Formats: sequence, structure tokens, C-alpha cells
Amino acid sequence: MGRLAMTADATAATQPLGAGPRDPSRSFQDMILTLHDFWSQAGCVILQPYDMRMGAGTFHPATTLRALGPEPWNAAFVQPCRRPTDGRYGENPNRLQHYYQYQVILKPSPADIQDLYLGSLRAIGIDPLRHDIRFVEDDWESPTLGAWGLGWEVWCDGMEVTQFTYFQQMGGFDCKPVAGELTYGLERLAMYIQGVDKVYDLDFNGRGTSYGEVFLENERQMSKWNFEVAETGALFDLFNKAEAECRNALESGVPIAAYEQAIEASHIFNLLQARGVISVQERASYMGRVRDLARGSCERYAEQMAPRWAEAYPGWSLV
Amino acid sequence: MADFLLELLCEEIPARMQQGARGELEKLFRRELDAAGVGSDTITVWSTPRRLALIARGLPLETKAVSEEAKGPPVGAPDQAVDGFCRKNGVTRGELETRDVKGRATYFAVINKPGQAVSDLLAAAIPAIIRDFSWPKSMRWGEASISPESLKWVRPLTGIVALLDGEIVPVVMEGMASGRETMGHRFHSSGPVTIKNADDFADALANAYVLVDHEKRAGIIRDGARKAAEAAGLNVIEDEGLVVENAGLTEWPVPLLGRFDEAFLEVPPEVIQLTARVNQKYFVCEDAEGKLANAFICTANIAASDPAVVVDGNRKVLAARLADARFFWELDQKTTLAQHAQKLERITFHEKLGTVADKVDRVAKLASWLVFDAKEPNGDHNLTRQAAELCKADLVTEMVGEFPELQGLMGGYYAEKEGLPSEVADAIRDHYKPVGQGDHVPTAPTTVAVSLADKLDNLLSFFKIDILPTGSKDPFALRRAALSCLRLVQANGLKLSLDTVVHAWDGQPRPDLASKLADFLVDRLAVQLRDEGVRHDYINASRDWDGATDMRIDRIEARARALSAFLETDDGANLLAGYKRAANILKKEAWSDDVEKPLSYTPEEAEMELAEALALANPKATDCVKYERFEDAMAALATLRSAVDRFFDNVVVNAPEQDKRAARLALLARFRNAVHRVADFSRIEG
Repeated sequence: MGRLAMTADATAATQPLGAGPRDPSRSFQDMILTLHDFWSQAGCVILQPYDMRMGAGTFHPATTLRALGPEPWNAAFVQPCRRPTDGRYGENPNRLQHYYQYQVILKPSPADIQDLYLGSLRAIGIDPLRHDIRFVEDDWESPTLGAWGLGWEVWCDGMEVTQFTYFQQMGGFDCKPVAGELTYGLERLAMYIQGVDKVYDLDFNGRGTSYGEVFLENERQMSKWNFEVAETGALFDLFNKAEAECRNALESGVPIAAYEQAIEASHIFNLLQARGVISVQERASYMGRVRDLARGSCERYAEQMAPRWAEAYPGWSLV
Repeated sequence: MADFLLELLCEEIPARMQQGARGELEKLFRRELDAAGVGSDTITVWSTPRRLALIARGLPLETKAVSEEAKGPPVGAPDQAVDGFCRKNGVTRGELETRDVKGRATYFAVINKPGQAVSDLLAAAIPAIIRDFSWPKSMRWGEASISPESLKWVRPLTGIVALLDGEIVPVVMEGMASGRETMGHRFHSSGPVTIKNADDFADALANAYVLVDHEKRAGIIRDGARKAAEAAGLNVIEDEGLVVENAGLTEWPVPLLGRFDEAFLEVPPEVIQLTARVNQKYFVCEDAEGKLANAFICTANIAASDPAVVVDGNRKVLAARLADARFFWELDQKTTLAQHAQKLERITFHEKLGTVADKVDRVAKLASWLVFDAKEPNGDHNLTRQAAELCKADLVTEMVGEFPELQGLMGGYYAEKEGLPSEVADAIRDHYKPVGQGDHVPTAPTTVAVSLADKLDNLLSFFKIDILPTGSKDPFALRRAALSCLRLVQANGLKLSLDTVVHAWDGQPRPDLASKLADFLVDRLAVQLRDEGVRHDYINASRDWDGATDMRIDRIEARARALSAFLETDDGANLLAGYKRAANILKKEAWSDDVEKPLSYTPEEAEMELAEALALANPKATDCVKYERFEDAMAALATLRSAVDRFFDNVVVNAPEQDKRAARLALLARFRNAVHRVADFSRIEG
């Protein structure tokens, strides 16, 4: 009886299927679709998420590898991010071990990139005369990728909603030309727009299906696996295998494949961290190994592509 | 006379860099004016997050024509030299003039520089200023960045306004052309803002919601925050750094007061203030009793259509931050400080100096020794030991991990919450003190012992592995640690002999380390006392004790101070003169024998007088020095002044009779040695 009542309640909250207006201020997915529309109309390639586990959208080859070289590249995509140590078993209002980033990469950085970005905020319902939007200094550096850039964190009424970076170096090489990278924290932005305090209360589809219904059980189980269950012997093994395969791919002249193994090794390392089996002393050494793989792959990719790039862009050189 | 306006529009400049950028802009502009020999009445520089502006008033419209002469080789010099001279000065051989220089016919080139339009000069100067501009960090951007030589700027540079007397100074660089159009506020203004001239600039921008004068914005923030707090019956906690930072983050500042959940006030006020300030740039407020209130003031950059929306958004962000802080506060208290302290084994203090746990062991041992064995300060042994063992425990707490600047303070709070004795909590909280010049110096014995032991351990540990500050490099802040040691010793009248301190620290006598430590502390003492007018050489004159280097810094200081005061008196200055005369004679004669023998002749009156005065003064001065009554010792020396003066006026030291000469030199030697017992006057310069 109780169970029946609950089912009835749940269906009552969810509206029936059928055509309805898009509303980015009430629907998480409409916010994403609006961003897709916006950046698609701006001329970006709209990609689907990369099919590998990674800690940030910046790891996506469409960002890292494409930031290298002289060719123009404009792309936008959602990338799920996995941060095992941020898991809270679904009990923290805004910390998740799996969440979404919206990533835009524009190379070369267009002169009106800030205006474009502000246009995207307007599109999802943020009126800059109603909300206080600010560009606050925040530089970015990733020793793992041999990369750094200057930019800002964008504040909306004091909340960081986007990371805005002009890449200066990637894989240890100067970016020629410089790419602009925008990373929107989608859940945060949606919580702000929808006015909810808990991520699980977000309306996912604008028809009453909540973020919690979609992801809460996932967060509980994955937190448990990340922190308690994952077999560490197997993880160490996976790390070593990814490392070996990365080197194998590098030696065989397929750096894109090598880079995938670097992404894999990086995530396995994060899992080992969450399992608490890496000591402080070992930590630095593992980070160094991941860095060698990621940076090495970027470097090899750039070196391998450089002759083609130089041919297409006379006068251009990698270093 | 003309007024010049330069505005460099760009994407958001970090707030912390704006002050330096204003200075840089003015410096480079003056460099260009000076190079052209142009003067200006006043130069004003302003900044906002999106622009740097400079207004120079009273510039001429044209530079004066000048004629310069360059002296060349003499007539008859090899052709090569003459041609080289012509090339260098851009003249032909036929244009050279010949003049007589000291009877020698010499070539001169006369170079006439016609007057130049200042507008042309500025058109050339602006690109040079932009290219030479130095930022703490700069970047490339856009299409041009395909070339590594593209312009670097703090963030993309987007526009140049350059107007001399209202006329555009034409500049083309990096795909930009100068003009009279700029941008107003990012959201309150649309389309370009046209500037007529330098006078019009600030008003035209103000109409477009940009207050270009940073001081004016700072004033609005300062006053606005004060008023917002008053309206809520509170006082804003003033923070000038935050005023400047917010002025650097806004073009149209609007301070807004909001409230946060009162329940967060259970978190220590310092934590709330730091969270609000560092993460969110908010001011905080206190009530009439000086207690932190549940209010914050944020500075918006818009005149918001509904300020409540902006305030509410900011409140939510702060609430999330405070929720984190409260989470840390509660989590940290689930573990005792003693348990936290065990985790210090995992933190490396320095690769050659072991872990922080090792350091804590050394500090605890030394602090115990200070109160128990040396009794300097005289404190409770058990409390001191406990405080020292726990003093670094908060380094592994979540709160200090998040806010390193709360080290010590959090340990103090957690100790209190745990119910540890207040002396222990106070010592943990304050053991980093004194930190800066004006910082409070601890006086509670437990705190003094832990603080002093901590700093001495820093100094000795690094000295032991031969790390000493060099020049401006002092990565481990050893100079500051030394200065803090001095201030602790001074404020608490500690009488510590450094050789015994080092012995206690290392478990064995270490004269080498002790003398390194003494030299280092004396150097800091000299710097500290110099500001009070105590000369470096007076300190050098006070460094011996009982035939060896004095290992008590307090005694060196007391003696140097007494010496300084004494030498400022007439008696002191005269005695020093007499001493020098005596010392010079003895040096010249290479004389050292000071034994008093029965005289074989009838001494002169002045000679007798000095011998008698010395017989009285010497034991007295020696005695006073023994009991460290240096002023009295100096006073005893002062009684010799007239006798010494009369001796030199009336007595011939180098008498032809050998016995007379020997007796008089011995008398002078006794005088010199008596003076040396009080202080080593030979080290006094000038």
C-alpha cells in the first residue's frame, strides 16, 4: 500500500510526455541544449562526451591535443568528470564524484570572446543587470599536461560559474595561436538558475524528474566503490598496464592512442588515491609517472604533426 | 600648452596588479617625455579593471629646435676615422666645421634638429610604452598569437584612445588604430563612448557608468560600506586592503549589505572574517560590543535592477563557504590535538631536518630546558612541555589546511574546546608571535618558552646544515626568527647564555653553532638598535666578557646602550679622546706592560693624580661590570676625565729618563686596561 502510494506520488510530480517549450531556467537538460544551440550557431563543432573516465574536460583530446598547432579549432561539448575523492555518498548538497562540465574551445581566441561568453549566459537566462557578473583573476596551470594559461574565474553574484582561460602553453609548447577555453560548471550554474540549494533537487528535464532521481543512487554506489570496494591490487595492475601500453603506443607512433592510456592511468591513480593506498612519498612519484605519460603523448603528437602544420602554414614552427 | 589623454582599454586586469600598472605607465610616459626633452605640468594616472588612463597637462605643441655639436677627430686624422665620424653623425665631409681645440684644428659636426610636433612624438612614444610595459605576468592572444613575437599584455589589449588637445594622436599597432572612442560599463552602457578631450574623459565615462578614478571608487566603497553597516545598526570592520581590491574589481561600485545565518557564528570570528575576505572579498561587521555580527558587505559592479537578488546570491555562496568552515570546525574537534600531533610524522619539515614531529620533539625539549633548567623564563615545566608538544598539531587540521594563516589560532581554539589549561591554549595560539614589527610580544612564561624554543630551533636547525640567509635571500625567514628572539628576550628580560642554550639543544657543547647563533643575533641587534641611534661599533665594543666572546645578548645590548648614552655626554666624549691618545702612544711604543712598580723618582702632580684616580676608579668600574651595572661602570670611568686631561697637559710621557718613561707608559697601560674592562674602546670608530 505504502509503495503504491509512493509510486502514485512520483508519477504525479512527473508531467506526461509530449511537446513543450524549452526552458533553460527550469530544466537542466534545456540549459545544456541551449548552450549547444548557442555555440553551434557561433560556429562550433558540437561533440559528444569522450568515452573515457577523466577528471576534467580539459583532458579531452579536443581540448589538449587540439590546442596544439596552427589550425583553427572551435568546439563545444559536455564532458562528464570523475573525481573519486569528491564523492560524498550522495549526502553533500553540492559535492559529487561524477558531474558535468560544459567545455568550449576557441582557437584562435576570437576578439569578442568575452562578449560571446556573456551572450551564452544571457541565453540561459542570466541577465547581467540583474546578476553581478565579474571576471576575477584566476590563472591555470597543469604540470601534468605541461600547460598553463591566464584568465579568470567568472563570478555570478559571488559564485564561480565558469573558468575562462587563454592557453599559453600545452605539452610544454607555446600555443601558436592561443586558444580560449571556457569551462562551465553545469550543476552549479543550474542550481543558481533554478534557485535550488541541493544538486539532487535540480529539475533535470523541466518536467519534474530530479537530478537525484537520475544520479543519487549512482553517487551512493560509486562513492562506496571508489572509497571502499575497488580492488586495489587490480588497480595497481591497471595503472602499470596503462603505463606500459602508453609507452607501446608512443613507440609505435600513435600518440593519440598513447594519450588515451595517459588519461586512463590518471584516472586509475585518482581511484588509488580515493582508496587511500598511496602514501605521501609515493604520491609524488605516481604523479610524476602520470605527468610523463600525458606530457610525453602531447609532445609526441605535436612533434609528429609539426611537419604537416608547417607545410600548411608557411613560416610556422613548433618551437 | 596642451593636455594629453591616453587610455588603454583591455580585458579585466587583475586587481592586485593595477597599482603597479599605474606606476609603470607614468614611469614609461615620463621616460619618453624626458628623452624628447619635453616637460609637463602634471601627470595623473587612473585605473579600472578594464582600462589604464593617463592625463598629462601643460605639454607644448612643439618641441624647440635644437642645434647640437659633436667633436670629431683632429684635422689630418686618417680618412677612416673622419668618415666614421661623418657616418655616425649623419653629415657629409663637406659639412664639417673646423675649430681650434687647445691649439689643434679639430673637426666638428653641427647637427640641427628642427622642432617636432609633440603629436608626432607621442605617436611614436605610445607603441614604445605599450611594448616596453612590464606586467607581473603577461600573455598572448588572438589571431596574432600564431607568431611568437606578437604583443604581450596582461590580458588582451582592445583599444587605444590618444588625444592631444582633443585631436587624435594617430597610432596603429597590432591591428588597432587609436581614436576617440572607448567603451563604457560592460552592462550599463552599450556602444562606444566618444571622448572630446582630456577634460571630458572622466565625465563622459561617468555618464557611461564608469568611475575611472580609482580613488573615487575606493571612497565610495569605504563610505558605502560604513553607511550600509550603520543603517543596520552595526560597524563595518575596516579593511583598507579590501577597499582597494574591490575598487580594482569594479567600475561602478555599489556596496550591499546582506545577512547570513546566525548559527554560523559558533565558528570562530577569525575564520568567518577570513572566509568572507579571502574567498569572497566581503567586509564583515561587528555589533556595538565589538562582537562579530551575522552580516557581510559585498561590492557589486552594477546598479542592480533588484539589489536583493544580488545580495541573496552572495549570501548563498557565503553560506556554502561557512558551511564548509563549520564542517571543518566540527570535524577537527572529533580528534584531540594530541592525536592530530601524531600525524606530524608525515609532514616533512625540511629534507635534511626530518619531519615536523621531529621538530616538535626538539622544541619541547628546549622549551622544557628553558623553564626548568635555565629558569628563563620561570614557568611551569609540565604546562610548557604540553604546550610545546601540541603547538604544531593544528597544522594537520582541516581548517588550517584550508586557511594556513590561521595556524596557531586554531590550535588555541581547539585546545580551549578540549578543556586544556588556559596557559597551554594561550601558548599554542601565540607561539608564532611576535611576527611583524608592531606585533604583540608574548609575556606569559609558557608562551614565551614555546615561542622562543620554536624560533631558536629554526635558527639552530638551519645553521647546523649550513643554511644562512644570503643577501636578499632568506627563504626560511631566519632573520625574522632572530628578530623575534631578540624581542622576546628584551620584553621579558631574559638572561640566556647562548652556549648553554645550544648545549641543551644539541645535547653536547657546540661552540661553533653557539658563535654562529651569537653573531647572527648580534647582527640583528645592530640593525634593531641602529634605528634608536645606538651605533654598530658600540655593539662591537660590548661583545667581550671575561676574556671571551659574550654569549648573553641581553648583556651585550645593555652594555652597548650604556656606552652609547655615556659617549653622548661631555665626560664620555672627553674620556674617549683621552683613551685614544693613550692607546695611540702605547701602540706607537708597542708597550703593554702595566705593572705598577715603586717609583724611582718624584712623580709630577698630574701623574700622581691620575695614578690615584685610577686606583679608585678601576676596582669600582670592574666591580660594577661584574654585577652588570654598566651605567655605574661608565660613571666610575667618568671620574678619570679631569685627571687624564691634566696628565696629558702637564706630563711628558716620553721622558728622556728610561725609568720615568717606563713608569708613565705603564700608568697609561693601566688606564687603557681599566677602560677596556668596561668596554673595548678600541673598536669605537671615528
